[in-house]
Formats: sequence, structure tokens, C-alpha cells
Amino acid sequence: MRSQSHEQRRKDSIETTFRILLLGDSALTIEFGNEIDQKINARAIAFAETIVRQRWNGIHDIVPTYRSVTVHFDPLQWDSATLAKRLKTLPRREPGRAELHGILHEIPVLYGGEWGPDLEEIATFAGLQPAEAIALHASIYYRVYMLGFSPGFPYLGLVPERLAIPRRATPRTKVPAGSVGIADRQTGIYPTATPGGWQLIGRTPVAMYRKTRSNPCLLKPGDSVRFKPIAQDEFDHLSREGRHDND
Amino acid sequence: MKELPPAEIVVLKGGWLTTVQDLGRYGYQHDGVSVSGAMDSFSTIVANRLVGNSDQAAVLECTLKGPELLFEQETVIAITGADLSPTVNGASVPTWQSFVISRGSRLSFGPPQSGCRAYLAIAGGIDVPLVLGSRSTHYASETGGLQGRPLQQGDALRGGNPGPFINRQIGAELPDALRPRYGHAATLHITPGPQVDCFGEQSIRMMMSSDYTVSPQSDRMGYRLAGTKIARKGLDQFISDGTAMGALQVPPDGQPILLMADRQTTGGYPKIAVVISGDLPFAAQLVPGDRIRFAQCSVAEARATMRRQRADLDAALPPHVQQLRSDGTRSQ
Repeated sequence: MRSQSHEQRRKDSIETTFRILLLGDSALTIEFGNEIDQKINARAIAFAETIVRQRWNGIHDIVPTYRSVTVHFDPLQWDSATLAKRLKTLPRREPGRAELHGILHEIPVLYGGEWGPDLEEIATFAGLQPAEAIALHASIYYRVYMLGFSPGFPYLGLVPERLAIPRRATPRTKVPAGSVGIADRQTGIYPTATPGGWQLIGRTPVAMYRKTRSNPCLLKPGDSVRFKPIAQDEFDHLSREGRHDND
Repeated sequence: MKELPPAEIVVLKGGWLTTVQDLGRYGYQHDGVSVSGAMDSFSTIVANRLVGNSDQAAVLECTLKGPELLFEQETVIAITGADLSPTVNGASVPTWQSFVISRGSRLSFGPPQSGCRAYLAIAGGIDVPLVLGSRSTHYASETGGLQGRPLQQGDALRGGNPGPFINRQIGAELPDALRPRYGHAATLHITPGPQVDCFGEQSIRMMMSSDYTVSPQSDRMGYRLAGTKIARKGLDQFISDGTAMGALQVPPDGQPILLMADRQTTGGYPKIAVVISGDLPFAAQLVPGDRIRFAQCSVAEARATMRRQRADLDAALPPHVQQLRSDGTRSQ
């Protein structure tokens, strides 16, 4: 009896964090909360994994984001109500180590100069010397909350309050591949050259995204990232080893 | 006609925006990889069925000003979607119908008569490498298609192996009753979006009773719509979440953006509504300046519309046996 009530309680506690939203006739979003929070994000990632493991036919994509999972399906094979019902009966579990911390990646970054053209502005915003701003950015572990915006772009957080500079008023038309940027409490890495409005602090020579690989992204949601400041010669050496996909 | 060899095509002119597309790159949105694919999936499927291809075969999506192509092998083609005044060696050719194009012929296009995007299917499909399970071009990330970019002068394209019953396909056509008519105004049916609660009743009523115009800032990624401003209830920061084709997201300026094939996988603006799948092929044929009116619909009705459209199409033009390739389900 005791285990049953415990089971019931456990189920209830997860159920309250779970609501299903319609995203048209071909997608559902399962929302676990309304804030950027490690535990909520880990729940979303764990649930996305659970859905992946069902290997249901007619499911096109399962996309974990900050606090939700979007499931894209073929509307000729599924209807929203049936899928929602199936999702509700899936086993729930509290996230484990994999979803809470993932794999730790150390990402080398050449800070400032032409590689991080906004370093001075970021330092001024923070009221720090450029070297102190670099040290602060590289001092903590960031969580990969999600991938989005462009192939392999990781949304990392949370940036120390002091460095949380807003986006640039006018986005750049082309941000070079490998650029490391800050936008409020988020930091991210541009895997390919794209337009972008984040403030650029440095650049990594490590390829984030290779479309020729079946597993094209280096980082996964739930992973941890720490930036390691490197000098020009090391940047050049590493650049020769692993080029970005479309420089 | 003897057994057909794979098509060989030389691009004499690229046209305004001609890209290789199939039904989209599914299975990698969790990596931030956009789905892309044909804007008008209905016209793509019809074009493929008319030339004996599987629905997933790659076609050319030709935008407003079509390309000029030299066919170096005889093959069977079909053109669907927008009427961009196609001609072969200067003589008009039909749309929504397959025909033989002989060796040495030039296919070109004239002024657009209706719609925005024409689809050219070639027996055997366009043979470009599969990238992450699809041949679709996403030019923003230089992924797929022909080197990740639109066609340009001097490109060479090859076809795949035509299906076994290609001779029986010649002259196949979509019945007139199933051919879409494209005007300069469209009614798009919408279901309430995941963040409909971010908007007031009044805002939603205004949106439903107003016309919106497709602005010049519209492309394969999305259409910026101009019209009655849609006001948010509060100014709470919205946390990015998953997007979908057809989603109407509302940035702070209150002018909605209709997300289309090349949309980003996640977005930071709340989504007030989503256009139903069955109406997206019509949305794909709108050009800047065209008008949109929205009509409410339930998800059950949306699904019924989709099923009816597909059943009608299957009855008129049954699908061909799938070639050996990914069926579009998640590959991992």
C-alpha cells in the first residue's frame, strides 16, 4: 500500500509540470515550466529521450528546447488527440545525471581582437578590464539548454549577471563560423557563418557542426561547456586540425 | 519509347530562385537543422506522381522567373504549381500533365500567370547527394541540393533512374477539379497557437476580421505580413520553443510572420495561431502584395481536410512504389 501511494505521489508531482499545447495539426508542444531552469530543462530532455525510444512510425522530429519538447508528426498517420493520449501514458522519470550534466566539453577560445570584436564593449558594459571579462566568461560551467537558430547552435547559460549584455541594436549580416557571442544571460557559438546579433567575445577553432556526419553536432542538450582561453598560435594549430563546415 | 536513361540537364539560366527540393529534411530539428523542402508539398507530390516517381523524389522549385534548361537526354517531365508560362523550344507546354521532352530541347519560362512557385519533376528525380537524409536545399546554411545553393548558369544536373512503368505515365494528368486556382487573395484556415493566451480577445477578433498583405520582406523562411497590429497582453519575455511550418509568430511590432519551409527550428516570439497543413500549398503560391484573410478551424477539421485532399489525390493519381530510401521517420 505504501509503495502505491508513493508511486501515486511521484506521478502527480511530474504531472503537474506537464501540459500539452497544440502547434497546428502536425505538432504538439509538451511544456514543463515557464522559466529557464536546469531541472525543468533536464525533464524536457529526459522526456524527449523517452519519446525517441518508442520508435513510433510517423513521428518526424522530437525537439527538446529550454522548457518544452515539440513533437512533429505526419497528420495522415496521427491525430493530435491520440498522440497526446499516448504521450500522457509514457513512463515518466526524474532526470538522471545524463540529462542534468551530460558530457563535459572544454572549448578553446581565442578572445578579443578580430575574433571577438565586441570584447571592449562587453568589458565596458561589465565595468571590467577586457582580461577580467575574459576570465569571468571562462570561469564557469555552462549548460547546453538547447540547439536551435541554425544547425548546431548551442544556447548556453547562464552567463554571469555582470556580463549579460543585450544583443546588438543592429545584427551583423555575417558572423564568422566559430564565433562565441553573448546575448543577455545566454552565450552561444555560431557553428556556421550566418547573420547574427549577439555580442562577439571570441572565436573557437573547434567545429560545432559537420553535416557530413550522421551525428552532425558536437554538443547535445544537457551537456556542460567550459571555455578555455587560448593564444593565437594554438588557435592556428587547432584551426588546421578541424575546419568549420562552411567558412 | 525505349527504356529511358537518366536525364542529363544543363542549366543555361538559373532563373530568379531555382532550388532542388524534396518533402523536407526531417529527423534533425533537434540539432537545429531546418526542415526546408518544397514550399508547396501538394504540387511536388503531384509532379512526382505524374512522372512515375515516389513522392519523396527531388524536384526543382522555380520561383516567379523560371530557369532555362537544356535537356541532353530524352526524358519525361511534368510541371505543376504556379503557371510561369513554360515553353519547350518556344512552344507552350501544358502544366499538371506529363510529357516527353526530346534530346536537345530547351525548357524555358515566361511571365508568371498565376502563383509564385512552379515545380518541375523529371522521371527518376533529381540526383543530388542525400545530406542528412534529404536532397532539399537550405541555402541559409548551405545544406543539401546542388552545393547548398540555388541553380546558376553552367550547372549540370543528372536524373535518377526512371521508374519501371514510365512509358505508361506519358500524358498522365491531374483532373481539372483537383487543380488549385491561385488568385491574389487567399483565405487561410488557422487553429489556435500554443501561445494564444499571450494575446487579448480583442486582438484575436481584430486579426480574424482584417486583411493582411504579404510584404516584400518574404522568402522561403517566412512571410512578413502587414496589417492590423496584434497586441500582446503583457510584456513578459517569451522563452524560445519549437516552431512549425504555418505558425504565425508575433514579434513586438505586432505584425505577424508566417513561418514557411526554411524556418528556424526554434523561435523566440509567441505563436498566436497555426495555418492548417491543407492550406499551406496555397500560402506557398502567394507573392508580395497578395492579401490573406484568416478563418478559424478546429484541429479535427484541419485533419479531415488533409485526409480528404490526400484521398482525392490518391484516387486520381495513386502513389508509386517507394524507392529505397529513408521514409522520413527519425533515423536515430
